[in-house]
Amino acid sequence: MKKTFWQLFALLLIASMLLAACGGAATQAPAQTEAPAATEAATDAPAPAGVEALPQGQELANAYAGEYSGTVVTMSGPFTDADAVIFEESIKSFEEATGIDIQYAGSKEFEASIRVAVEGGTVTDIVDFPQPGLLASFVAQGKAIDVSTVINPDWLAENYIESWLQMGTMEGPDGPIMAGIWARANGKSFVFYPKAAFDAAGYTVPETWEEMMELTAQIASDGDTPWCIGIESGAATGWTMTDWLEETMLRTTSLENYDAWVAGELKFDSPEVRNALKYVTDIWFNDAYVYGGRKSIPATFFGDAPAPMFDNPPKCWFHRQGNFITSFFPEGLNPGVDYDFFYLPPIDPAYGKPVLGAGDIYAMFNDRPEVRAVMQYFSTGESLRGWIEAGGAISPHNDSDLDWYGDPVTRKVAEVLKNASSFRFDGSDLMPGAVGAGSFWKSMTDYVSGSIDEDTALQQIDASWPK
Amino acid sequence: MNAKKPSLDRQKKLSNFFVNFVLIVICLIWIVPTLGVFITSFRNSQNIFKSGWWTILPHREYVKTEEIKLADNVDVDGPITVNGVTRTFEEWRAGVLMPDGTQLIWFGNKRTRQIDVQTLEWKWFETDLSLENYTNVLSGKEIRFKDGSGNEIVRQGNNLSTAFLNSIAVAVPATIIPILIAAFAAYGFAWMNFPGRKFLFTLVVALLVVPLQIALVPILQDYTKLGINGTFLGIWLAHAGFGLPLAIYLLFNYINQLPRDILESAFIDGASHFTIFTNLILPLSIPALASFAIFQFLWVWNDYLVGLIFLGDQNRVLTMALAAIVGEKGQDWHLLTAGAFISMILPLTVFFALQRFFVRGLLAGSVKG
Amino acid sequence: MKNSKALQFVLAIGTMLLTLFLLQRGFIFLRDAAVSKIVIVVFAILWGVGGVAALYTVANWIVELLPTDWVPRIQPIVFVGPGLALLFWFLAIPVFRTLVLSFRGPNGQGFDGIDNYIFAFTDRIMLETFRNNLLWMVFGTLFCVGLGLIIAVLADRSKYEAIYKAIIFMPMAISFVGAGVIWKFVYTYKGEGSGISEIGLLNAIVLAFGGQSQPWLLIPPWNNFFLIAIMVWLQTGFAMVILSSAIKGIPAEMMEASRIDGANEFQIFFRIIIPSIQGTLITVTTTIVIFSLKLFDVVRVMTGGNNGTNVIANEFYLQRFTYGDAGQASAIAVILLLAVVPVMIYNLRQFRESRAF
Repeated sequence: MKKTFWQLFALLLIASMLLAACGGAATQAPAQTEAPAATEAATDAPAPAGVEALPQGQELANAYAGEYSGTVVTMSGPFTDADAVIFEESIKSFEEATGIDIQYAGSKEFEASIRVAVEGGTVTDIVDFPQPGLLASFVAQGKAIDVSTVINPDWLAENYIESWLQMGTMEGPDGPIMAGIWARANGKSFVFYPKAAFDAAGYTVPETWEEMMELTAQIASDGDTPWCIGIESGAATGWTMTDWLEETMLRTTSLENYDAWVAGELKFDSPEVRNALKYVTDIWFNDAYVYGGRKSIPATFFGDAPAPMFDNPPKCWFHRQGNFITSFFPEGLNPGVDYDFFYLPPIDPAYGKPVLGAGDIYAMFNDRPEVRAVMQYFSTGESLRGWIEAGGAISPHNDSDLDWYGDPVTRKVAEVLKNASSFRFDGSDLMPGAVGAGSFWKSMTDYVSGSIDEDTALQQIDASWPK
Repeated sequence: MNAKKPSLDRQKKLSNFFVNFVLIVICLIWIVPTLGVFITSFRNSQNIFKSGWWTILPHREYVKTEEIKLADNVDVDGPITVNGVTRTFEEWRAGVLMPDGTQLIWFGNKRTRQIDVQTLEWKWFETDLSLENYTNVLSGKEIRFKDGSGNEIVRQGNNLSTAFLNSIAVAVPATIIPILIAAFAAYGFAWMNFPGRKFLFTLVVALLVVPLQIALVPILQDYTKLGINGTFLGIWLAHAGFGLPLAIYLLFNYINQLPRDILESAFIDGASHFTIFTNLILPLSIPALASFAIFQFLWVWNDYLVGLIFLGDQNRVLTMALAAIVGEKGQDWHLLTAGAFISMILPLTVFFALQRFFVRGLLAGSVKG
Repeated sequence: MKNSKALQFVLAIGTMLLTLFLLQRGFIFLRDAAVSKIVIVVFAILWGVGGVAALYTVANWIVELLPTDWVPRIQPIVFVGPGLALLFWFLAIPVFRTLVLSFRGPNGQGFDGIDNYIFAFTDRIMLETFRNNLLWMVFGTLFCVGLGLIIAVLADRSKYEAIYKAIIFMPMAISFVGAGVIWKFVYTYKGEGSGISEIGLLNAIVLAFGGQSQPWLLIPPWNNFFLIAIMVWLQTGFAMVILSSAIKGIPAEMMEASRIDGANEFQIFFRIIIPSIQGTLITVTTTIVIFSLKLFDVVRVMTGGNNGTNVIANEFYLQRFTYGDAGQASAIAVILLLAVVPVMIYNLRQFRESRAF
């Protein structure tokens, strides 16, 4: 019985191997097509006559002429599932027009997988970085390609405002390079509120920080907790807190100080930061102001935090977060009717109406003409149009149209971003990983939980700054 | 002897009761957290946040029967009298038990001026249960969005069937291959004489503690050079390599404890190491092989990192597919409640299939035979 | 006679070459063929498992055809060689590399001396991870092995053994992400205030007994124990299965005999069961000690290492991948390796040289 089984197994094995041997022979030929050879030929080839360069660059024009039909451009990033489907949908027209196949693969644990891929030599052609700080560490190692050599710099200057270009410039081993192009933006300085209930209760939208605090006190005395706050986010717990501190920094001190702080020149243990932190803790550490009380903040998943706003009656009234939070809202809410947002008001009028934001930057790791063409394409607002219309993306490009935005709330977000008196990038995303994705998150979380005090928290962050 | 028997029986019954009692208590503790999430996996994503999973069981709760609107001239900041009872806002808000057995509770904040009258009623099983989470996980979520002209587009998200097959293709060989290699090595360490034997075994034990993360980058570099990155062979080797220290260590400890006499008599009969290994040691080691097989299978099945790095997205395994459905920022994490159970089905089947190998006396019987 | 042996030898070598060739062909087929996934899966399993079995068999065939005095020298290479080769490739060489990197700067360049080690032994967070790992090692192991042993022994006497064992084992089948979700529903804390109802099991129990709800995972140092409970829940099944199969190896007559001699169950446990499975007990304990040293998924999923719950392996992961400091990360990994030395020494005592053939 046993023996027959093994004999059968061996027979099957040999049969399948023979099958494979034949099959392998048949399929071997296409597998041996060597990509590098093709690349060299294409890069050396002069621009074909008759195809005139587009403002973005020569390769994009070649691509539309069908020059790179049948080539594959690989891409990786942190967005998955629904976003990945919408992304693929939005680039379909480009793929059909040019014959270039853009293969996107998204992954969780993005930081680890991208670092291993870059160091292990298997990185995709284009990588979407949600945090420029991570990209900066690869630029420092000389791994990323300078996109100003890929995309016409005049076009970049035309299609992006100065501060985006500045933030895309990073220090490489041979001096600063344009490390990537900004593909998607999101604004953070927004306070969402349940509009229908808010209007019914007779509250009005505050214009200044003082008014906001008065309204906060009013709501509290009416018997509700005004704010919904949650900072739990698995291994990234704490980032919401760092956003708050960045907001109050921008509103209580100069942009120069903010930039110095992000660069590590202004210490965390400084009067400026302590002052800004005070504005945050005045709200956060007041149990009458926060739904569930201070202790619940580090225990609440940031995405679940806004849900009590939409209970009937609302259990809280304000939620400060980036525009992406709307995808966490309970299903079936009508933007502009059930919820809306107001700009997190200024504290000191001297510092204007600064907007804090973040964005995804596309960096290029392999130089082939079809990759160049795709990068040039991504530098246009048109490349994001499908995603904007589907909802969930905001364009940093100047040539995108506000009419593309499907719902009124997102359009308002895009407007705020376009009209900001000053725009600053999420500081923790720009700080070195050990601080921006490490001690800053960690120490702030521990501080909010009460397991360390303010002095320890701030000093600990300063100490962790890489020498 | 005979006089003792009834008391022995009673003692046996008592100890049987004790044994089962302790085990039931432990098992309850073990199963309740899982049970909670199992129930949760059938609830919709809104209810999950609002009430504990145990509320689906029959219980008594207050149900609103009517509401009282306060007149505009009532001062809500001072004591408020309703139906003859005077309390402050805070007390009304926490709920006040009335003499007639109803509960009066303030609705919302002071501005609503509304008090709900509630009576205590039995609530049977929650009926708002559905398979929605499961269908979303299994056949892919429906992703709806609008195109430029306002038409709604519906796309089906990734479904799990290919990921399931990939997981099998990864897990089965990545279980059997290292066990085979480890069994040979364990036999070699236990019953063969060769120079450096002790040193090499020490090395195996030392490597037990190596976190596999340190190997990711160098191995990926090697794989790129060899051209096996993203192939099944690559991931089998990786799982085999990372699983080997424990496999060798556990199997060595088992094979090493087998009685020397059985091998001795086999050698006297003229058997070679290879025949002893295949015909004697392997059958004798089935309990150990089966238990290690289960563990290795589970580790590989539930592995995320190794699959992510060495297999990539083209052949993504179940854990990667599940991680993807929760979205970039984790907005759909409630789907994991269903996902966790779907991914458990096969490992549990394997466990039940292999459980029959852990039978008493397998070893004792063959020693005698 | 001699001729036929030479012929056999040639045949064996030929078979080896054929096997290798077929395997290579199979590899190319697997990589490139565009056939249905099920075919690929079945073929992959046959190719992988059959290939390894075939390689061992053929290699041994060749060795046994060698002159008699060569066989004992070459045969261990066939048995132990492949395993060691994989170990060297996948673990030993990377360890060596890590050792080198631990003396270098963040990007693996320059020479930093023992700076990385000074960091590892002075940093406040690192010191905290040492304390926590000690807690994990002591309490995690104690409960896993203790409970595993109790359950294995008790279940052995029950009619419903299979059910009990399946229940205890079940958590092992759950991925860490799934386990994270399950335990979030145990430890969740919603906070205090009107209209807030706890949805976490532990807080619901505490409230039902008139206590006050607690943010369990935010209270150092107790939060470490709540995390250890998760590991115990996950890994007791491991200890139980292995110990149970060892207990089943104890001849039933031995226990019957001592029962007839009037020994009570506790005496049987300490005088018969424990000594009989001593070797396995040491193995299981060692394995779980090492698990708890390496552990990081539970911490990463549940708390991210915040509020005093960080452990060495999580800090390594953060330094290596999130902060991108290969130097400090490597130093941490080396410390992890050094921690296992006592365990290693203890295990060598079991290694009885004289028994081999």
